[in-house]
Amino acid sequence: MTLTSLAQAVYVLAALLFVLSLAGLSRQESARRGNTLGMIGMVLALAATIALSLDASERPASATAALIGVVLLVGAVVGTWQARRVEMTQMPELIAILHSFVGLAAVLVGYNSFLTEAPDAVHLVEVFLGVLIGAVTFTGSVVAYLKLSARIASAPLTLPGRNWMNLGALVASAGLLWWFIASHSVVPLILMTVVALALGWHLVASIGGGDMPVVVSMLNSYSGWAAAAAGFMLSNDLLIVTGALVGSSGAILSYIMCRAMNRSFISVILGGFGTSEGTVVAGDHDYGEHREVSAVDVADMLRDARRVVVTPGYGMAVAKAQYPVAELVAKLRARGVEVRFGVHPVAGRLPGHMNVLLAEAKVPYDIVLEMDEINDDFGDTDVVLVIGANDTVNPAALDDPGSPIAGMPVLEVWHAKQVVVFKRSMATGYAGVQNPLFFRENTSMLFGDAKEQTEKIAQAV
Amino acid sequence: MTTIGVPREIRAGERLVAATPKTVGQLRALGYDVVVEAGAGAEATFSDAAYESAGAVIGDATRVWGSDVVTAVGAPWGTQVDAMRPGATLVAMLSPATRADLVEKLAARRVTALSLDAVPRISRAQSLDVLSTLSNVAGYRAVIEAAEQYGGMFAGQVTAAGKTPPAKVFVIGAGVAGLAAIGAADSLGAQVRAFDVRPEVGEQIESMGATFVQAAQAQQQVSADGYASALTEDQERLTAEVYARETADADVVITTALVRGQAPRTITAEMVAGMRPGSVIVDLAASGGGNCELTVPGERIVTDNGVVIVGWTDLAGRLPQHTSQLFGTNVVHLMQLLTPGKDGALVLDLDDPVQRGMTVTSAGELMWPPPPVAVSAAMPGPSDTAPTAEEIARAEQVAHEAAARRRQRRTVGLGLAAVLVTLAISFAPPAFLGHFTVFVLAVVVGFYVISNVSHSLHTPLMAQTNAISGIILVGALLQIGSSDPLVTVLACVAAAVASINIFGGFLVANRMIRMFRKDA
Repeated sequence: MTLTSLAQAVYVLAALLFVLSLAGLSRQESARRGNTLGMIGMVLALAATIALSLDASERPASATAALIGVVLLVGAVVGTWQARRVEMTQMPELIAILHSFVGLAAVLVGYNSFLTEAPDAVHLVEVFLGVLIGAVTFTGSVVAYLKLSARIASAPLTLPGRNWMNLGALVASAGLLWWFIASHSVVPLILMTVVALALGWHLVASIGGGDMPVVVSMLNSYSGWAAAAAGFMLSNDLLIVTGALVGSSGAILSYIMCRAMNRSFISVILGGFGTSEGTVVAGDHDYGEHREVSAVDVADMLRDARRVVVTPGYGMAVAKAQYPVAELVAKLRARGVEVRFGVHPVAGRLPGHMNVLLAEAKVPYDIVLEMDEINDDFGDTDVVLVIGANDTVNPAALDDPGSPIAGMPVLEVWHAKQVVVFKRSMATGYAGVQNPLFFRENTSMLFGDAKEQTEKIAQAV
Repeated sequence: MTTIGVPREIRAGERLVAATPKTVGQLRALGYDVVVEAGAGAEATFSDAAYESAGAVIGDATRVWGSDVVTAVGAPWGTQVDAMRPGATLVAMLSPATRADLVEKLAARRVTALSLDAVPRISRAQSLDVLSTLSNVAGYRAVIEAAEQYGGMFAGQVTAAGKTPPAKVFVIGAGVAGLAAIGAADSLGAQVRAFDVRPEVGEQIESMGATFVQAAQAQQQVSADGYASALTEDQERLTAEVYARETADADVVITTALVRGQAPRTITAEMVAGMRPGSVIVDLAASGGGNCELTVPGERIVTDNGVVIVGWTDLAGRLPQHTSQLFGTNVVHLMQLLTPGKDGALVLDLDDPVQRGMTVTSAGELMWPPPPVAVSAAMPGPSDTAPTAEEIARAEQVAHEAAARRRQRRTVGLGLAAVLVTLAISFAPPAFLGHFTVFVLAVVVGFYVISNVSHSLHTPLMAQTNAISGIILVGALLQIGSSDPLVTVLACVAAAVASINIFGGFLVANRMIRMFRKDA
């Protein structure tokens, strides 16, 4: 038994633990165990790797050990500090920036691999692909982070012929790959890195804010593929397995979300939404007038209701209204009102974002239902509270074939007896579409800050 | 400051009041002062003290009628108009179509008069349409009156002493009143059937729990103004047949056909003679003369064959508390429309079709009748452009073929791709093949592991997979020991960022997962 074969055995164990970890995270009951299994797998993998690294070190093992100790310490301090400090509403940004780290690491590891190992053709292709994917992930995630944290405008960037630009970047990369294999020079690799960084930037910049949930999960997938590519160039099966796991899981997540929005996966990735050949929305359509209510009226409505459904959206996250909402729901439930939440798959800026926020506010997860579970129940519902959601409750998606969101499954809240929409103003949602729901006879609007208004209602109930 | 006066209704039998303590609060929130005549709400169970505590001032009739704005239920009576100040505004149900004398008198007095019963029937104006309010209550009350007169129980029962069948209720006309009657009768347990000449209301009838009675050729085209129009001779004969058949079978008949104050004759004396003794007819259109030939407005009569015909004209007034509340809220909605600044300044915008439609006189000028308003009650029906069955079948056929072609193309494409990939791999060195096998299997495992993940866990899952993809740290660590300083530096940077990822991702996933809790 050599150290290498022992390390390989530990890697197999770690890979298995990662699979079990992801499997565990698919259900609430086993999620905690899944998290722990992932950590154990990571500790095992790192221990084996450190042993291998020290064993193969070309300079004194103590120096290498010291370096490793320092970088791990830096990572641990920064990572822990970030994880503790982040607010749940900022989770999308954090995850996006973490993805960019994986991309950056993949680029650096790729360069190192080129510098240290013998240049045979297969290895060069692996290095090239690893750096390409890593670079796209890196800048893509940085743009996603900037958009999600509102440091740059979230509107899609629409350069003329953007699909041709993307295609051109790929063709150029293919040409550079040819040159790279023929010359073994670092120049084409650097040129390609620049092209790939620009490609990643452009890809995500041209995707609108409404599609960010898909983008984040797609970048998650890319970061996995980057790790897998690094595994190929280092001939490391653990990296390959883990990268492929993450890559395929991210891809399937993105696919699930696209299906929930009734969009083509390809067109979202290529930034096709919002500016595509879709019909222009008639701006002067007469929707009639909306009706305004006060927080006290809503409290009255809720007191008399037997069944209430709350459908939260990104606006609840922005206003940080999850705590007063949870308090209101707890009060209503104490009065015997049946309260449930209906969460649209793409509510928020990250898949499952609303669930995390509600969980943060201690809303039991078994009253938080998915769209398909609750859509048939709206007919029996007395009051629906739409808190900061817009496009996900837009009847135009079903009624108006010319609407940009036509065909997207939505929460059919308008079947309820009363709908109260919490909103800052009459502005449109991310898709830029007016919402006929606001003008329905059984809809009333409650304007103002969702947090303050919810607090007022909770007081009055 | 503008003052709103709420007078006591002096017409005999009128129990309603145009404002309740609750709506007084809402009017005051719009910036108005409110004066309520002493005893105005007594019949509707609202005491003067309740009004006062809501912020109103109690005054006598002269003071109330002398206010800047007077909101009443019924039209002014006798000398009440003379008590109004020139330039004041009157809001009430004025029936301007039949009360030309009153309209002229108001114009002569230079009063701006808004008629609550002349609200255009468009969706936007629904919130101030008192006719809908009154019809709704009247429809409900009609069922209660019928239940009182009927000698049986509405709900069918099965008891140890035998069983009783449910009452059969037939409702004519599915306007607001008709639908309210259907709902009330249905919730009492009766079997409800309903008829309307407008085909588009069938769905509404069924949604309220009644069976929609159809007469094949008797249905009209979709109406343009929200009201049913007069019938052709042929239609008339067919509808009469439906009425005769349904009334003979019913225990309770509720008629609600009232078109602009006029009651068309729907039930003839002959049909009444065909009904069972003990049956009840409640005629909601009694105020317009009655839908039933034998109805005596304002009275309850019993026919020779023992059918009770109720012709009350004050059904809504028989539930004064809630009706006043709803009526008062309609008035509040109107005042909201008239007070865009919420500052107690009344602004009448004659370019708004709703306000124009209600305005009978404006500062001495006769404004009645208003120009017609296009109504949104009739949705553009799909019927004129509905595709035939043949066209649908053809479209389905085309779609089917297209799908089949797509499937075929996809199969061919996948096959080609598989062949190409296999060829490419066969040129690869054996070491790569081993890794590639592992890779493909891991992709498949990842796919299956994630496919059934609960939606609510997507965010923690993403943090976790993100942490796991920090495994790239392994690559960086292996390179740190290199003797090339450049490689070591790059590897150190890579390892640092990758380890941030690992620690951050796992901890944040852990933090989120721990927040999820089940309902204890």
